[in-house]
Amino acid sequence: MDRDATILDVMTLPVLAARLRAALPARAVLTDHAQCRTYECDGLAHFTVTPAIVVLVETPEQVQTTVRLCAQSGVPFVARGSGTGLSGGALPVADGVLIVTSRMNSILEVDIPNHRAVVEPGVINLWVTREVAPQGYYFAPDPSSQLVCSIGGNVAENSGGAHCLKYGFTTNHVTGAKVVLPDGELVTLGGKATDHPGYDVLGAFVGSEGTLGIATEVTVRLMRRPEAVQTLLAGFAGTDEAGAAVSEIIAAGIVPAAVEMMDALAIEAAEAAVHCGYPAGAGAVLIVELDGPAAEVAHSFADVERMCSANGAFEIRIAADEDERTLFWKGRKSAFAAVGRISPDYLVQDGVIPRTALSEVLSRIAALSGETGVRVANVFHAGDGNLHPLVLFDGSVPDQDVRAEAVAGAILDICIEYGGSITGEHGVGHEKRKFMGRMYAEPDLDTMQLLRCAFDPDGRCNPGKVFPTPRLCGELPARRKGVHPWQEAGLAEVF
Amino acid sequence: MDALASLHKVCGEEHVRPGAAADAVDGVVPAYVAAPASTDEIRELVLVARDAGLRVGVRGASSKLGWGMPPAGLDLLLELSRQDRVLEHAAGDLVVRVEPGVRLVALREQLAPARQQLALDPPEPGATVGGVIGANASGPSRLLYGTARDLLIGITVVLADGTVARAGGKVVKNVAGYDIGKLYIGAVGTLGLVTEAIFRLHPVPAARRVVTVEVATAADAGRLTQLVTDSQLVPTALELDWPDPAGPGRLTVVVEGIEPGATAQAESAAGLLGGGAEITDTVPAGWGQRPYGGETGPAIGLKVSAEPAALRPVLDALWRVADLHHLATAVRSSAGSGVSYVGLGAAADAGRAGGPAVEIAATVIELRAAVAPYDGSVVVLQAPPEVKRLVDVWGPVPAVELMRRIKDRFDPEHRMSPGRFVGGI
Repeated sequence: MDRDATILDVMTLPVLAARLRAALPARAVLTDHAQCRTYECDGLAHFTVTPAIVVLVETPEQVQTTVRLCAQSGVPFVARGSGTGLSGGALPVADGVLIVTSRMNSILEVDIPNHRAVVEPGVINLWVTREVAPQGYYFAPDPSSQLVCSIGGNVAENSGGAHCLKYGFTTNHVTGAKVVLPDGELVTLGGKATDHPGYDVLGAFVGSEGTLGIATEVTVRLMRRPEAVQTLLAGFAGTDEAGAAVSEIIAAGIVPAAVEMMDALAIEAAEAAVHCGYPAGAGAVLIVELDGPAAEVAHSFADVERMCSANGAFEIRIAADEDERTLFWKGRKSAFAAVGRISPDYLVQDGVIPRTALSEVLSRIAALSGETGVRVANVFHAGDGNLHPLVLFDGSVPDQDVRAEAVAGAILDICIEYGGSITGEHGVGHEKRKFMGRMYAEPDLDTMQLLRCAFDPDGRCNPGKVFPTPRLCGELPARRKGVHPWQEAGLAEVF
Repeated sequence: MDALASLHKVCGEEHVRPGAAADAVDGVVPAYVAAPASTDEIRELVLVARDAGLRVGVRGASSKLGWGMPPAGLDLLLELSRQDRVLEHAAGDLVVRVEPGVRLVALREQLAPARQQLALDPPEPGATVGGVIGANASGPSRLLYGTARDLLIGITVVLADGTVARAGGKVVKNVAGYDIGKLYIGAVGTLGLVTEAIFRLHPVPAARRVVTVEVATAADAGRLTQLVTDSQLVPTALELDWPDPAGPGRLTVVVEGIEPGATAQAESAAGLLGGGAEITDTVPAGWGQRPYGGETGPAIGLKVSAEPAALRPVLDALWRVADLHHLATAVRSSAGSGVSYVGLGAAADAGRAGGPAVEIAATVIELRAAVAPYDGSVVVLQAPPEVKRLVDVWGPVPAVELMRRIKDRFDPEHRMSPGRFVGGI
């Protein structure tokens, strides 16, 4: 690789901008500060950095050209899709280039016989399903932002959604990708077939949060729409009762398409925002959705209904049609934004615990809330233990933001304590780097770094994300002595 | 202290011995064989190997030890039979944590009382968890549950320099950090040793129905496979068994669920498959077995992966090419997934068991060209050394340079199963 400079000097960025302009269409390169500011943040809006240069790429060749020129100049770059990420994964670098893929938004091929679609990274998640719905197919990952988030972003974050309990995450639904590596080389990983010989580099690339390269083409799996879908909404006195119902459903060997729970405060917010008409006085609402072959769904659904009643559901509603089903989901899907109705500001947290620890962890969160006076509304994917506590605060009151952040952080510590994860679907990004060292030991992070160095030895691809402390690839990390933190916490033994 | 003494010190004299002919990995006899009992012992052994410059290999039940290329060198072979504990079964969370030497059959028995399963069913007898990860082995139920990449949620590995690293964890939903576990699936031990694995589990369905139909042509097999995969049925498996192209093949659909659900699905499946389809409760004899090896099977085993809808052209190409080289074929295909296993042997008129190596190598190379338009790949799983000398068992790999860079970072001295993987990795 040619490189003109290893340390940025004052002329590096202007020279790079000129080279980019010479190589790309004029409209593709932005350097005006006001224009670049449009891209200063993603969905985690309280962190902002204005990039020096924004490139609006339209073709894989343009991505390659841009990345190559960045490599030659030693300039870091960050890829961005729709900018809806919630962990600051697409937060720009001030002395770097932001490569925006939203104009690469063509569905290149729909291959129904093979159950695949080949799409550009800027294609919106929901467009794929819309495209293939007439033939009876859909794309399974359904993050709440699916109306606006891009497939490229889904690949970077390994996005999930409410239905990943049964159908898995983006990584289970991507069979191939073309990727521009940080040195500008274009590689093909996987394809329409599976089981390609070689390391599963695609599997490692999905969920790498934009730190290993930029996908310019993605091959996704299409799923056949299920024969039957049945959804119920049940009101419980509290989350313990609702949680017990979930435990019984799982123990019975039923794998619902989705199991979602909201607590009293989240319900209150949803009511205020979208008037979803959830059961009055409910301390917890459970939405359970089953899908699959009609006979299977019909029988299991009756079981689910019975289990909800047996565990204290005081009201059970069954969606009679698609409109009612949409209404059930409306409250749940609007929950994040709805919290704005009951609090001037809020933080969206994303943590995971073993599902069986749900009741204990919710008590701990309630106690934390009581001790600190910081209100926490809980919305979660109850089937897989993925919590989304919404930490409420008023930014105009001094110190409240700091206290809210402390509570949000303490919740992650609880997740780690129970052997869970600091993120189930939003990613580590910029926001949670400091928690990585609590969840993983140094050798674990060093090993991840080995992969990073194989792709990006100069650390120019989305630098400063995921890992707590940037390391140079030549540097041999110091070996940690003593016990692994999981062992220290007793987890490695008791799990 | 010499290497043997150091190895003795780590796991006791009774668990370390000089290698014998029976320990050979694809013809290469190891200098030492050691049977460690824990991650700590593996780490200590790897440190001895590092200091003495030993090249390290690994085996579970040796059921797939002939897969891949022969090792470029093998000084220390680790045998994982003592690492056979199920460390934790969190039934309520549908998660299990195991050591790599656990046999799938033993795990199945242990999970059965909870009516749960690790949904991996490769047929190699005695297969261990570690072997299944290293070889990315799968069986019929991959159609519904996927393969190891869809089920492995956490991993502990020991790298060539003795680093013990964990990735993932014990919750299914987890996007914190790189998914390092994926790299170890199918890596044939070239990135280090897997010493613990955490898997997500699935409930064991209450009822099973099996629908079979005879198919006369590749076109029929392709058409019926497509009909099933395009339907709203949710089969657990869709397998094609075609022992001899001169005779018919048999397509088998397995549906599972609660009793009335399985029955209803079986009836729908039989309707799709048309006249002659039979519904039973049990899978046919030899279910999911590989069509090669064993006492009587052909000596050469191939794995052909291609686009799922390309079943017909793949079968046609296989039969045409094999016929040209006077080779007999036996096929077992996970038809719904686009993955076929092929046994190649001498045709009745060719005389020599196993067929001449040149004909087999030519068949592999020509078949690779024929399936390439369908994103196809052909991997030679099992073959005698004379065949492996003539043809790269893995075939061409597009991103091989990137894979080399990964290998160089994880194992800079190339001491972990060297030479066995793609591109000589």
